[in-house]
Amino acid sequence: MSMVDQIVPYPKAVPLSMRGPAPTRVVVGYGFWLFLLSDIIVFAALFAVYAVLSGETNGGPPGAALFDKRHVFIETACLLASSVTCGFTSLAVQRRDTIVAYLWMTATFVLGAAFLSLEHSEFAQMSVSGNGPSRSAFLSAFFTLVGTHGLHVTIGLAWLLIMMLQVATLGFRPMVMRRFFCFGLFWHALDIVWIGVFTIVYLGAR
Amino acid sequence: MRPRIEIVIRGVVLIMLAPLLASCDEGVLGPDGPIGQAELTILYNATAIMLAVIIPVMLLTMGFAWWFRAGNGRARYLPNWEYSGRIEMIVWSIPALVIVFLGGIAWISSHDLDPPRAIESATAPLDVEVVSLDWKWLFIYPNDGVASVNRLVVPVGTPVRFRLTSASVMNSFFVPQLGSQIYTMPGMTTQLNLQADRPGVYKGFSAQFSGDGFSDMWFDVAAVPAGQFTAWVETAKTQGQALDAAAYGELARPSKALPPITYPSVAPGLFETISSRRVSADASSHQEH
Amino acid sequence: MLGKLTWAAIPFDQPIVMGASGVVGLAIAAILGFVTVKGWWPYLWREWITSVDHKRIGVMYFLLGLVMLVRGFSDAIMMRTQLALAAGGAQGYLPPEHYDQIFSAHGTIMIFFVAMPFVIGLMNFVVPLQLGVRDVAFPVLNNVSFWLTAAGVLLVNLSLFVGEFARTGWLAYPPLSELAYSPGVGVDYYLWSLQISGLGTLLSGINLTTTILKLRAPGMGYMRMPVFCWTALASNLLVVAAFPVMTATFAMLLLDRYCGFHFFTNDAGGNPMMYINLIWIWGHPEVYILILPAFGMFSEVVATFSGKPLFGYRSMVMATMVICMLSFVVWLHHFFTMGAGANVNGFFGIMTMIIAVPTGVKVFNWLFTLYGGRIRFSVPIHWTLGFMVTFVIGGMTGVLMAIPPADFVLHNSLFLIAHFHNTAIGGVVFGAMAGYTYWFPKAFGFKLDERLGKAVFWCWFIGFYLAFMPLYALGLMGATRRMQHYSDPHWQPLMLVAFSGAILILLGIGLTVVQLVVSIRTRERRRDLTGDPWNGRTLEWSMPSPPPAWNFALLPPVETTDAYWAIKQQGHDSAQLTAGPYVPVHVPRSNPTGFFLSFLAVVLGFALIWHIWWMAIAGLFGSLAVGLVQAWRTDAETVISAEEVAAFYGKQAPEEIAA
Repeated sequence: MSMVDQIVPYPKAVPLSMRGPAPTRVVVGYGFWLFLLSDIIVFAALFAVYAVLSGETNGGPPGAALFDKRHVFIETACLLASSVTCGFTSLAVQRRDTIVAYLWMTATFVLGAAFLSLEHSEFAQMSVSGNGPSRSAFLSAFFTLVGTHGLHVTIGLAWLLIMMLQVATLGFRPMVMRRFFCFGLFWHALDIVWIGVFTIVYLGAR
Repeated sequence: MRPRIEIVIRGVVLIMLAPLLASCDEGVLGPDGPIGQAELTILYNATAIMLAVIIPVMLLTMGFAWWFRAGNGRARYLPNWEYSGRIEMIVWSIPALVIVFLGGIAWISSHDLDPPRAIESATAPLDVEVVSLDWKWLFIYPNDGVASVNRLVVPVGTPVRFRLTSASVMNSFFVPQLGSQIYTMPGMTTQLNLQADRPGVYKGFSAQFSGDGFSDMWFDVAAVPAGQFTAWVETAKTQGQALDAAAYGELARPSKALPPITYPSVAPGLFETISSRRVSADASSHQEH
Repeated sequence: MLGKLTWAAIPFDQPIVMGASGVVGLAIAAILGFVTVKGWWPYLWREWITSVDHKRIGVMYFLLGLVMLVRGFSDAIMMRTQLALAAGGAQGYLPPEHYDQIFSAHGTIMIFFVAMPFVIGLMNFVVPLQLGVRDVAFPVLNNVSFWLTAAGVLLVNLSLFVGEFARTGWLAYPPLSELAYSPGVGVDYYLWSLQISGLGTLLSGINLTTTILKLRAPGMGYMRMPVFCWTALASNLLVVAAFPVMTATFAMLLLDRYCGFHFFTNDAGGNPMMYINLIWIWGHPEVYILILPAFGMFSEVVATFSGKPLFGYRSMVMATMVICMLSFVVWLHHFFTMGAGANVNGFFGIMTMIIAVPTGVKVFNWLFTLYGGRIRFSVPIHWTLGFMVTFVIGGMTGVLMAIPPADFVLHNSLFLIAHFHNTAIGGVVFGAMAGYTYWFPKAFGFKLDERLGKAVFWCWFIGFYLAFMPLYALGLMGATRRMQHYSDPHWQPLMLVAFSGAILILLGIGLTVVQLVVSIRTRERRRDLTGDPWNGRTLEWSMPSPPPAWNFALLPPVETTDAYWAIKQQGHDSAQLTAGPYVPVHVPRSNPTGFFLSFLAVVLGFALIWHIWWMAIAGLFGSLAVGLVQAWRTDAETVISAEEVAAFYGKQAPEEIAA
């Protein structure tokens, strides 16, 4: 970004808001954080819709009859663990420790992929037993809310693969470091959303 | 520059007022029932309150713009005047006071004129069930067991208690001279209370776009003396074919500008069946072929 | 192979559509041919299409809005003609299936592809200049945003010729917009074009919000930002918060239509009213997304042309942010007639009215800015005064309809149509035109013709009153919106008056084009060499017109609001501000990513609309590939040497740099 050359140290007395353009790292992080906010609003809309439609089973089975809580618990454990490994990835990246970073990235990827495959098997099981998204408004809302989260995890995994390639080809240059920072924000945000899904959809199932 | 503004403003005011004056007996401006009357009163009052602020603002805008034009040597130039606590105070309080007042009107009238609220009257209300179909209106008189399409007959001076739903897409049931409109929605039931105080024929229509036949979703509301209403019911009971499941299925097919029909009898619970979506109009044939 | 697409999709049997398409096609071919013959492609590609300069992107947005204004307005003229004819038993010349598409397209185009590009374009151009910085936070993303909007535009226009557009109104309420009642591709065109352009708008909102909050010249604290930047901030915050709701809502309707889900269907437990709630949770903030920046433009114009600072700056800022927040708690006033109950209606009615307080404060503050001024009656101030007089009427009718029982008789009537055109034309269009005339010399270095500019204003101003005052009356007489014909012949005279107003506005639009052409042809004698043609107050006037790619060779020091005015008061001028010493400047390099993504988005959208799955997959993977190429670009910036910068200002290469 073009603002870097303008940064001069300011005395403490000058308020932050008057110190001129923020450094690129801050600008990129802030912009991505705003994007995540908008993404969370998408989820908020889907949560609201789920709340409205969760009773509309159209004569079909309600959530309590469909969800296997043990299955979901393992799913949740995988995702939460992946957040921890993602944190370790960030630390390794900050130290520019390539090998350790790759190890943690791989761990994150494996855990994320495990989460996805568990979710996939749940979806497949429900669809095969005739309880797919077209069965009722409740199931439409369920598949869309949980599926949108799953789609985000998928995108996150693809992003992680790309980051592995970027480290290999471009090294830890500032551009790549900033992307790692954004990826970390993204992955943790998905965790937060999942906690909402787990609580409201699965634990709150009636 | 200035005279042109004045001419324009004068013209504008005339254009605004002329049609209003010319059309006082039509639509919303010519109510013939207590609900419509009350709503018109609110319209007038609220408009008057706001005009008391808005007309001065419009005049001041033009007045300031004219007086402080660059060519006017007599106008005082205050190149650094940008704040006055007193004016700020007034500037926030004028709209705030207006809104406190109008907000009161809004809150009270929302409750007084809530569509489900019964109209106080010595006369027992008449129940009418309304179903919007593609693209016509079905009126069921549950107590008399008759029904009619695209023509609503009601006794003058009697509150009418409507329950409304839709058999296909959304519509809005509206008779401007009687007052409030309300949506008809599939799978839901809304309520509305209206009353006609004078005999006559009023225009009713759908105020919510519902597809190709929307513009023909007019119906007449005939407000007739009580005796005539009874006679109309008796006649309806002797004519035409019953509104059973088959006849309803026929009626539910999309059609435009259907002439009024009456049905001597109605399948029991038809309205509930429709509003709970236990029958649905043949959706795939919504497009008229 | 081609999904639902067959020759039947092309309306050969409809001479009007074929004629219009033919003319548009010829015009496009002529323009492309002309550009090719002149050999302008390399220049256009390098300097505009792939440009990541916020000023160029702003200009392209505005131009897009102008082109689409012509399209949207031709819909308007067709509607007004139809209603001038279709009285009594007459059916007019447009059958319902056409008329329904026309009013749906009119609303969609005017909001998404005229008003939005106008407002976003002006924000893009002006905000970084006013903030005293060199570009927006994410220049490449800015280009992507623009091209995604353009992709939406292209899809909407394709629907004219290939297939049909939605016949559901501009917000596509279900169940009418569900597959059961709208099996054609019209609603799909609507949904995909808005999903694609909506993504562009969201990215643009993130970009501008970040810019305003994180990139400002040294010394420019929040309470020193120009009011236009404040309104832009409020508007873009609303974009970030509201557009995701629209995206989610449209996504659910798409799932209903494509995958048999049951969000808003009549059967299996779906709930159409939920769509109406959700779409207005986006839709009402959208109103303020458009009007707040217009308020900001009027604030700039009224201060500049009165020759004094804006009255009550703090009040203005507070009013803006209050409106920004309240705009999220009023959505239900769009459907009081749903029967939600007295408490709910009363609450939303009162919240709606409360918005009138900060809005009223703004009007008063503009009024007191005029007071004690030395008002120069240039074109921008014409639009501003016209706005102040007109907008209060729209505000009044708006508050009127915020009273639920009043809305029970006015909802969906032509009174409502008159109300929102009163605010949309009297507010947004007047604002865009004021901003266009005001900042045009900054963008191009010469002023627009004043006489023609005033003629344009009077056409719009009088045309607006002629076209919409009769609609207020008609609404009270019981005329509802979206009707294709009416039985009451009494309405026809007023419909004819409204038609004449539309003709006058048409003349105004025509004169806008004439003004542009005439001004370009006579630009040499309209040149503004000072960079400050209006005696402006904010930083954009401190630089040469048109500004260099880097905007500011050195970021200007800001010590107060109206930063440039203060600098001028201290006896400095722009020459001193740009006197050096110069340093090499990093500027972002042109980037074709946005253009390619947009092309692929059109391919993807078109494929999805017509169910051409292989093409959709190709479009998706193509976009992915373009994204990957971008991810590996390491030459995002280029350096302009100090010598080059100095040469721009007509100075010698600086010696001090070495020291």
